[in-house]
Amino acid sequence: MEGFDVANLFVSIGQVWTGFLVNLGLSSQWIAFVNKLVAALLLTALPVTIVVFTIMGERKIIGRFQDRLGPNRVGPYGFLQTVPDVVKLLTKEIITPTNVDKVMYNVAPALSVIAVILIWAVMPIAPSMIGVDLDIGVVYFLAVSSLATLAILLAGWSSNNKYALIAAFRTVSQLVSYEVPLVLSLLVPVMLASSLSMNDIVQAQSRGWFVILAPISMLIFFISGTAEVGRSPFDLLEADSEIVAGFNIEYSGMRFAMFFLGEWIHAFTFCALTATLYFGGWRGPFVDQVPALGALYFFAKMFILYLIHIWIRATMPRFRIDQMLAFSWKFLVPLALVNVAVMALATKLLAPPDLSASFWATLPRWGGFLGVNLIMAVGTFVAVREVARQARRKEEEVSGRFGSAAVVQE
Amino acid sequence: MGISHVLFILFSVLILGGGVMVVTRRNLVQAAGALILTLFGVAGLYVLLEAGFLAAVQILIYIGAIAILIIFAVMLTRRLADEQEPGLNSQWAWALGTAVMALAILVIVIQGTWPLAGGVVGNAPPLTGDSTSRLGVALLSPEQYAFPFEVASVLLLSAMLGAIVIAREKRH
Repeated sequence: MEGFDVANLFVSIGQVWTGFLVNLGLSSQWIAFVNKLVAALLLTALPVTIVVFTIMGERKIIGRFQDRLGPNRVGPYGFLQTVPDVVKLLTKEIITPTNVDKVMYNVAPALSVIAVILIWAVMPIAPSMIGVDLDIGVVYFLAVSSLATLAILLAGWSSNNKYALIAAFRTVSQLVSYEVPLVLSLLVPVMLASSLSMNDIVQAQSRGWFVILAPISMLIFFISGTAEVGRSPFDLLEADSEIVAGFNIEYSGMRFAMFFLGEWIHAFTFCALTATLYFGGWRGPFVDQVPALGALYFFAKMFILYLIHIWIRATMPRFRIDQMLAFSWKFLVPLALVNVAVMALATKLLAPPDLSASFWATLPRWGGFLGVNLIMAVGTFVAVREVARQARRKEEEVSGRFGSAAVVQE
Repeated sequence: MGISHVLFILFSVLILGGGVMVVTRRNLVQAAGALILTLFGVAGLYVLLEAGFLAAVQILIYIGAIAILIIFAVMLTRRLADEQEPGLNSQWAWALGTAVMALAILVIVIQGTWPLAGGVVGNAPPLTGDSTSRLGVALLSPEQYAFPFEVASVLLLSAMLGAIVIAREKRH
């Protein structure tokens, strides 16, 4: 293969492929169309392929966290467990209960997967390797991921089952509540990059990842993202012990699996988003010389964040619903609001030095941002401690005056 | 007829078909589902008009928030989702009058402000530059739309406060 450049591996593959199409005698219009079609197919296949590996990995890792072996029967170390699982799910009978709303009941599982796969259209995987570099990338991601809420709501209602409906109510209150801090924290990388395009946000992190400039924003994004995915400790929408199984109770076979497919894809997609927005996406050493390395860095960052996500999932118990809502509205939302205001001010005052500036010249800016975030973190801790102290004092006062029975009534 | 014409017809069918279904469906949740189709079609039209930001916000706010809240409200009122419930109540004449009047006002305003000149449709000059950032600047610069923008924010805030006051439990 003449002139095959390993450094630009993906570009080279694309050139070979386009050359193949030219040899077939297609016109340039058709080649563009076929290339777009292939790109769309690849972007759809990518998350679905990754899921196969993450399911295996997550089951093994969670097994270790919980002091058991995890699946270990199929294949070496049980790594082929997903294959019989998928075969089982595909061959199971699909049951449609009698009194369901047929259209919505059938649309909901597909919609839950479509909503998360659509996010990959704007994900910058490597330099110049992105589905579409929309100038509204971040807003696009928010828009399509809001369709996932709709899918769960439709599933819960159309199933004609009270537990499914309760789960749907919980879903709406949870996902809508956590969308507020999510959007507010997303504003910070957008302000720092002064662009809504995912590609521009990665480009803007050439002088330092945004996690250094805005750690609080990153934490809010990661926590509310976990809630959006709906996994432990935020797995109220499918709390087995409370509402049987949740919104998917009336589903069987592959339709049932579709919701889980959607959830698994959503989990690492949101880790990929965190990596892109705060950890420099495909940025890493030698990417300028060897662009193909970008994809490696991107997936490495994604999987490291995913490991943290699994860690949280394996460690934390489930929230109660009032705790979950209070945590969003009384803690995350005020903090996110303060964070946006302070970071906007900091972005205005600490203007980025031009790209020719030396490493040392950029240090005051980093120090400034870190200092601002540190002050906010300390302020948050002081405020939370003060609120907790007051609540405790009030409780002690009440129980001191009326005995412990009064506290129960209160 | 290019691909954009085909898409325009597709989205128009989606909007109008969804609209008809919203009115004719007895089941209110299904009607809300049809409303989502309509809103999605409108977002598609925005994309055709190269207003990407507006399209994304349309999906985010109308489908992601308003439609979900409508479904939520309908689900909480059991009787309204019943198929036996009649489609009309005693206020249908008022509603019809209001709808016709609103349509008339819209037609008059649009005809007066942006008259359709025969033959030049589709020949508008293409947008140049980043429309999203221009929209942002226009919304927040004092000499353009900063005042209406802030007034809308205050209006929404007061509506939210009002809802909290109404819904709040009375403390005896």
